[in-house]
Amino acid sequence: MNWDNTNWLRVKNCEKVNLNDIQALDIDDLRCEIISMCNVKGLRPVGFFGKDWGMGQVKLFVILGDDNKNNSDGEFYVTSSLFKAGIKSYECITNEVPSFYNFEREFFEEFKIKPLNHPWLKPLRQNQKDYPFFKMEGEDIHEVAVGPIHAGIIEPGHFRFMCNGENVYHLEIALGYQHKGVEKLMVKAPSNQLIESVAGDSVIAYSLAYSNLMESMKGISVSNKAQLIRLLALEMERAAIHIGDLGAISGDIAYLMGASVFGATRTLVINTMLEFSGSRFGRGLITLGGVNFDIDEAKAQRALNTLDKVEIDVSRMVKTMLKNSTVMSRLEKTGTISKERAQESGLVGMAARASGVNLDTRFDYPNKWIKELGLKKCNFEGTGDVNSRFRLRYEEIIQSISTIRKIFEKLKSFKNEPVNSGYEVLNKENSKDAFIISATEGWRGEIIHIALSDNKGNLTRYKIKDPSFNNWYGLALAVRNNGVSDFPLCNKSFNLSYSGFDL
Amino acid sequence: MFDTLKSRIFQGEQFIKDIQNAPMREQFRGLPVLKSTNCDSCKKCLDVCPTGALNINPLSIDMGKCTFCGMCRNVCDRNAINFSNFYKLASTSKENLIINDRTTKEIFYKTAIEVRKEITSMFSKSLKLRQVSAGGCNGCEMELNATSNVNFDMGRFGIDFVASPRHADGIVITGPITKNMAYALEDCYKATPDPKIVILCGTCAISGGVYQNSDETDRNFLGKYKIDLYIPGCPVHPLTFINGILDFIKSLK
Repeated sequence: MNWDNTNWLRVKNCEKVNLNDIQALDIDDLRCEIISMCNVKGLRPVGFFGKDWGMGQVKLFVILGDDNKNNSDGEFYVTSSLFKAGIKSYECITNEVPSFYNFEREFFEEFKIKPLNHPWLKPLRQNQKDYPFFKMEGEDIHEVAVGPIHAGIIEPGHFRFMCNGENVYHLEIALGYQHKGVEKLMVKAPSNQLIESVAGDSVIAYSLAYSNLMESMKGISVSNKAQLIRLLALEMERAAIHIGDLGAISGDIAYLMGASVFGATRTLVINTMLEFSGSRFGRGLITLGGVNFDIDEAKAQRALNTLDKVEIDVSRMVKTMLKNSTVMSRLEKTGTISKERAQESGLVGMAARASGVNLDTRFDYPNKWIKELGLKKCNFEGTGDVNSRFRLRYEEIIQSISTIRKIFEKLKSFKNEPVNSGYEVLNKENSKDAFIISATEGWRGEIIHIALSDNKGNLTRYKIKDPSFNNWYGLALAVRNNGVSDFPLCNKSFNLSYSGFDL
Repeated sequence: MFDTLKSRIFQGEQFIKDIQNAPMREQFRGLPVLKSTNCDSCKKCLDVCPTGALNINPLSIDMGKCTFCGMCRNVCDRNAINFSNFYKLASTSKENLIINDRTTKEIFYKTAIEVRKEITSMFSKSLKLRQVSAGGCNGCEMELNATSNVNFDMGRFGIDFVASPRHADGIVITGPITKNMAYALEDCYKATPDPKIVILCGTCAISGGVYQNSDETDRNFLGKYKIDLYIPGCPVHPLTFINGILDFIKSLK
């Protein structure tokens, strides 16, 4: 891992660096560098975005993740390239490193600089009405079009299946219906409330990624107690959503007992969150400088009792289901995505772990509490089917509950600390010319926030990458050669965010 | 099978029996309670409000804009702003959502919903709704899904979400209505047979919420068609939603 390469700046999670320290390479050199870093050294794309550089110029920033390979903390590799006014194309990277496919589409859509020979250069968030769908020819081939409005209460997106009878050859997913200009709004008026409304199922994870970033930028300190409460809320969110998803998967295989039990159990967890924060999804809990609410001993004890019950209920139900042959016949070997495919297409988070790609930002780019609490990355042996994602969710629920217990224990030693260091004392001097990457492992996977500021300390670019940005294509791959009626099941097993993708 | 039965027995009865008087945890941020006599116009609350829902002189909160984040209460040293746990927040007019220091929960609840005869006679026994997420973040969507779970069980009142607008008596809109969803929303509205109602669910739908200044929204739909019910919240609590609809169609009385 120790190679000297001055072209790249090495940055830790939430470490503030000076924007001017980032090298600017020629785009052809950068392309060669990226290909060798990814294909030879095994790094993966984390950020690839442009920023308006004035006078018609665009600066492209590239961030590669070096995940904890030799038992040391992971690092991000950052560099950039300047496109002078009038330069409107470059040779694409996707053909060499496939996981760049969406990043290059996004860059093209935002800055109209074309990646030449890109195999899939279609709209990402704009012009959904004229989307050029992939076509298959053949007498037996038929198309099934679904969306943007779906049958259930879920977010909008369009799915186009190419089928032979019941069998899906290909699924194309066209998104962008939810695009509401989050990144632009974040530059104009950043707030916890806005970031909480990017993906309403990952409120804590988003708010945490944003707060960690801004606190590092502005030099705000956060008390141990507040940090622990934040971590606790993150694990509560993970447990709650995973339980809800187990219920949704049960519902999609018409195992209604599971849907009812998991639904009721999830209510227990989110109502505990309501007790902590006044909102079932933890809105208003995290703020710059700490958290808004303390958890007193009575509340902690009630929460622990509830979690004991949750653990028993979930375990009993999951074990019952996994013993049931009709359940297993629906879960096993449905929607399989192999480890190789997962790696190649750049899946992250829970979906990747279920396929045996062990990425977890919590442990790859750890903060001090992960070590202090003695948390260990669990090695999940998954085969990438719905069954794996089902069982992984269960294991993560149990792991989260045990983490929450540890955090409550630890919280006792910081009883007298304040929960909020006061966000009014902001030092603008600190945040001049800053460049910060903040990574948080939400329940879906890594949530990456990147912020740039100008020489006055104001935000000039805020970039968000939801795990869904990587994983939607994984869903498309997973349903190939499955029955079209298994699509809802595959979809629920991933449960990706439309809003987090569309921003 | 015995395991399944055992799970069933352990679960017992989960549903909330009296949904109109269901208890709510005191931490829940519902109807704001304002005391303008305590306010010294320090304007700290105006600085932290993400949506401009607050006004001072006279002190008021527009629940149609409020995200119920509670930041105004957190920064207020003089206890002028509070949030009660009263969760019946739905209203048939947007003006009623503006809370001032004379608003108590009794006054609000009495005046918020105007019961219309044609609605009651048409929908009081059965109301089928089609939900459209037009930029919703999945917060309101998850809560609307929860209205049908074993705890809230909205179906027992004859209120259900259906898969097609053709089967629906009305549509429920969540999200700030993005440009890319505007035409689909309108198509869905037109596909719903008359007579139909339109319900705006959540702060984003009512006012744009934290997205009110976005260039990527297109809220012309709201000017074109009559809105029958506003249900505030960020996200809307299932009890707020169910009670709002029940009071609107008066199915229990």
